Amino acid sequence: MINLQQVTKAYRMGKQSLPVLKGIDLQIGTGELVSIMGPSGSGKSTLLNVLGILDRYDEGTYHLADTLMKNLSERQAAYYRNQFLGFVFQSFNLLEFKNAVENVALPLYYQKVSRRKRNMKAMELLEKVGLGDRAFHLPNELSGGQKQRVAIARALITDPKVILADEPTGALDSQTSEQVMELFREVNKTGMTVVIVTHEHEVSEKTDRTIHLRDGLILKDDHSAGPSDEGAASVSAPSQSSSVTAEVPV
Amino acid sequence: MFLFNPDHWQEIGQTVRKHKLRTFLTAFSVAWGIFMLILLLGAGKGLENGVRYQFRDDATNSIWITPRRTSVPYRGLRPGRSVRFTDDDYRMVRDTIGGVEHITARFVLRGDFRVRYGDEYSTFGIRSVHPDHLYLENTLMQEGRFINELDIRDRRKVAAIGTRVVTSLFGRKNPIGEWIDINGIQYRVVGVFHDIGGEGEQRMIYIPISTGQVAYGGGNQIHRLMFTIGDASFDESKLIESKVVDLLSERHVFDPEDPRAMRVANLVEHYEQFAQLFKGIAVFVWLVGLGTIIAGIVGVSNIMFIAVKERTREIGIRKALGAPPSSIIGLFLLESITITVLAGYLGMVAGIGLIEGVQAVLQKMPSQPDFFRNPSVDFWTAATATLVLILAGVTAGYFPARRAAAVDPIEALRDE
Ligand SMILES: Nc1ncnc2c1ncn2[C@@H]1O[C@H](COP(=O)(O)OP(=O)(O)OP(=O)(O)O)[C@@H](O)[C@H]1O
Ligand SMILES: [Mg+2]
Repeated sequence: MINLQQVTKAYRMGKQSLPVLKGIDLQIGTGELVSIMGPSGSGKSTLLNVLGILDRYDEGTYHLADTLMKNLSERQAAYYRNQFLGFVFQSFNLLEFKNAVENVALPLYYQKVSRRKRNMKAMELLEKVGLGDRAFHLPNELSGGQKQRVAIARALITDPKVILADEPTGALDSQTSEQVMELFREVNKTGMTVVIVTHEHEVSEKTDRTIHLRDGLILKDDHSAGPSDEGAASVSAPSQSSSVTAEVPV
Repeated sequence: MFLFNPDHWQEIGQTVRKHKLRTFLTAFSVAWGIFMLILLLGAGKGLENGVRYQFRDDATNSIWITPRRTSVPYRGLRPGRSVRFTDDDYRMVRDTIGGVEHITARFVLRGDFRVRYGDEYSTFGIRSVHPDHLYLENTLMQEGRFINELDIRDRRKVAAIGTRVVTSLFGRKNPIGEWIDINGIQYRVVGVFHDIGGEGEQRMIYIPISTGQVAYGGGNQIHRLMFTIGDASFDESKLIESKVVDLLSERHVFDPEDPRAMRVANLVEHYEQFAQLFKGIAVFVWLVGLGTIIAGIVGVSNIMFIAVKERTREIGIRKALGAPPSSIIGLFLLESITITVLAGYLGMVAGIGLIEGVQAVLQKMPSQPDFFRNPSVDFWTAATATLVLILAGVTAGYFPARRAAAVDPIEALRDE
């Protein structure tokens, strides 16, 4: 699904050049649940932005779903972002003047899907993330965890190939973080590839594979790291918050 | 179609509601600009109509020549001689100058005359003229006839009288065939005319020029030559004018360049000058108007730039979700056009409303001022203004929209 070969990227600061990615080789298969960890400034966000076609890279190749992502025009980049990718951000990035359904439906607006159809699908997804009763609330009427679940629903609405999340739990307390991670795991179980940047071990523990980044290079690619069986079982555990449904979206 | 997609309108509705004051201020500046433009154009039209109105009495394709005194020596003759026109000048101009259409002379009877019918009497102006005089002033016969050639030949004592003369001397009685007394001489009324030139023209009595000359001791003298020149252009009118001046200066031996020997009024020229003046005023008004609109455009543009800056994060989010640059441009362009056009339209309606109101008040007044009549905005002016508005909206929105489309999503989405 994702295939990086010797990808490098440097920020030019005046005459100086600051290398941030120094030759990344990375393959992520379809349906993987991957976390990227590393110290601050190691290039995690930069890597995720390259994966998300929000940023350009200098050298190497990046194939997304067997398509080479290089020298794309703004329009092409927008098209691939819309068709292949779903983003989840630390600070949610919901449009504050649109209510939950409208926010979730927005990506389909750029696919020229009719309003009725996209609002229907948005409602469905909101039900699935447990926010059916908050559909017509504005973001500032929602809690952090609820906002992030709206954002995840928005990332899912186009049936993307990959979900990219940059510190999705960074602004949440540990209990809500856990709920959000459960949601990611459920999404992943439907076969969707999920890549999460984080610096929290609690988060990376819930993923099947952890890539450790340091100074723009992959330090360690830890396939063994995965959630314990108890963690997986807790999805259907009765003690679980009712707002995270056991049902799998889409 | 982009314009008919309700989603776009909903997006604009949401952003407008979010920035009520800012939108209002922008809209107001545009509305004000158009309001002023419409007002200026309407006022310009009013002034123009006023001048046209003052010309309404006289055929605008006419030339009037009045003999005066020479002011320069010519062929050994001293300056200061008075120039006297006679019936022969009338005939020569009529018969030898091409392009002269209707021609009349006037023998002027000075002052007001006591005119009596039975026991009723009043004072009126008298003009003694040729039959073609009918065409030089906008005189419309209501009953009977005007002076004719037989009247001239036989020096008949006949008169064509204005409608005001009829009302003050005859009341409701039919005046045709009745005799009126002008300074002791009896004239038979042969016609009644109306004249849109106003009150004064309708208190006029026309008699044959030959009769006037005999009755008031004028011999064959005439005081003024007046003729129309059909639909001659301004240049053609100047050519005919110079031919007539050459003929008359030759006959009366004075320098054709002498400005004081005759007074030549070329109404084509006057009219042309006024037409020119109005074109000038119209251009000026449009320039001022466009100035206000440009100020409006700059205002809208500035506010749109601020909006783009404020909405940078939103633009970044939209881009991350897959918004193509064209949709971002469309979003801001459509907002700018919508605000400009709606506000401009309100300004236009307000402007036209005010002008219509002024017009209604003017028409209710017993006597409209002559210099300012029927201010109005015609369809084409409004259509042009609308077009200008849309262009203004596009111009105002274009550069901010480009700025918006160029927003870097990473910069926009960076967590502070
Ligand atoms: N636009 C930019 N211009 C210049 N340097 C940049 C820019 N963006 C990031 N950098 C630099 O690139 C390096 C990697 O940044 P990046 O945001 O990828 O780090 P990160 O691993 O996400 O860190 P954190 O955990 O703090 O989010 C940093 O040293 C940062 O200062
Ligand atoms: Mg980061």
